[in-house]
Amino acid sequence: MKTKIAYYTEIADNAMVLSHRLAENSSKGPFLEEDLACSNVALDLLGMAESIYEEAAKLKADGSIGDDLAYRGSEWEYRNVLLVEQPNGDFAHLMVRQFFMDVFNYYFLAELTKSKDEFLSAVGVKSLKEVTYHLRRSSEWLVRFGKGTDESAQRAQRAINNLWRFTEELFEASEEDKQLRSEGISVDLNSVHDDWKLKVGEVFYLADLKKPENQFQLNGGKTGKHSECFGYLLAEMQYLTNAFPNAKW
Amino acid sequence: MIEVELNQEELLKEFEDKIANEVKIEPRDWMPDEYRNHLIRQISQHAHSEVIGMQPEGNWISRAPSLRSKKILLAKIQDEGGHGLYLYGAAETLGVSRDQFINWLHEGKAKYASVFNYPSLNWADVGAIGWLVDGAAITNQVSLQRTSYGPYARAMVRICKEESFHQRQGYEIMWKMMEGTEDQKRMAQDALNRWWWPALMMFGPHDSESPNTGNAVKWKIKRESNDRLREKFINKTIPQAELIGLKIPDPNLKQIGEEQYAHGDIDWKEFWDVINGNGPCNQQRLEHHIQAHQDGAWVRECANAYHTKSK
Repeated sequence: MKTKIAYYTEIADNAMVLSHRLAENSSKGPFLEEDLACSNVALDLLGMAESIYEEAAKLKADGSIGDDLAYRGSEWEYRNVLLVEQPNGDFAHLMVRQFFMDVFNYYFLAELTKSKDEFLSAVGVKSLKEVTYHLRRSSEWLVRFGKGTDESAQRAQRAINNLWRFTEELFEASEEDKQLRSEGISVDLNSVHDDWKLKVGEVFYLADLKKPENQFQLNGGKTGKHSECFGYLLAEMQYLTNAFPNAKW
Repeated sequence: MIEVELNQEELLKEFEDKIANEVKIEPRDWMPDEYRNHLIRQISQHAHSEVIGMQPEGNWISRAPSLRSKKILLAKIQDEGGHGLYLYGAAETLGVSRDQFINWLHEGKAKYASVFNYPSLNWADVGAIGWLVDGAAITNQVSLQRTSYGPYARAMVRICKEESFHQRQGYEIMWKMMEGTEDQKRMAQDALNRWWWPALMMFGPHDSESPNTGNAVKWKIKRESNDRLREKFINKTIPQAELIGLKIPDPNLKQIGEEQYAHGDIDWKEFWDVINGNGPCNQQRLEHHIQAHQDGAWVRECANAYHTKSK
């Protein structure tokens, strides 16, 4: 059961942390429609995280609730990838980070629908519909950036160059992930990786954008070794639960 | 080509007949310049208020203490932005573009609700804003559903549905906190103490001091007076506060009938100070909006350039 809980929270942590970064962007969008679209994606991801944390808390069966898993951990207990915790930069940076995750989520969730775990399979079905829309939106933005103005193309390329180093980690299976593979519960990340590379290549081609020359990769999130910025994200997020541990909100 | 000279007097009579018979004025209808200008000012101010209003609550998104509360808060702020969109849309039917409205806001020529120039200092402020600020806004907006300009009235119908939901969500936060720990109760009372008077000020000056009320009432843009709306709000809100053990921060508050109250004097100096730019957050709110708009300039240029190239 411990293995399954760890796998559940790995998925939920990714959704929750990315949602947090998007939510930080509220009222800072380039125009109102896009501001609201960004919050919409944040809400979809938050809803997904909430349902998985709640289910993981039930599996724990020690009286904890979903919020405890989301709010009460220390930095090294979160298993989200480094990519989702990267701070917001300009709109190109935000959208390139989103695009990389949308492509990943799209193929990941499509595979998850086939999981032998009924709960995860249902999460896959529900969230895939939402992520299909997210992916359409971020892909369209990449093409707009690439073919819009010189400035937008430069900004998008700079964001790709900065964020590319965090992408391989998405496809590195954690120990729990590997253990659940034989039971048909977890997703085969190798197959997701192939689809991810194809889709990213296709959108880059349509947008006249390129993979960076520097292919160096960083990892650590999945084993609890996060970026410096992540501590600040948690310090803010956990402020009230830490300051008033007995309060119910 | 035959030129038809329209008789201004006949047009005005037709317009006034429509108003008298509760027929909505629509964008293509003739309307007096003063009516158009009043609506441009009022609807765009309303739209700006929704958008600037995203900021004080947004101050707590990253610190919302539970997944549920974060979801509700983010969705609420998103709704406010959505209201801004409908209202900019309604205001644009009067012949001014959203870009122009935003320029006027940034140049200080257009105002937004002064209440958003107060800071949001503890989590209970999120509750107090929903309960009191949205509560005050609904009291005003319910009457605006009957306003004479069609697009504005229709936008109000939709907005009121969502605002009453927000008001209940805000009250729920206050309720939960008043049932919680001593710290939570202290936060809730502190939030009420700080938001009560600004919420009462949202209805504007006393009727005798309100320069725009005359024509606005005649043309049925405004359907009820500032003082009457303020009374409705306090009569509805005071029992809600008492029910959960909150104390209204007004030593001169009097009960004058069954569920009827009279409030103490409003600090009109503070009201005018904040309107004239000297509230705690005026500068911060406007600079935040200007900054986001400037940061997004290249994105809007990119979208326009791509749109033109794809034609």
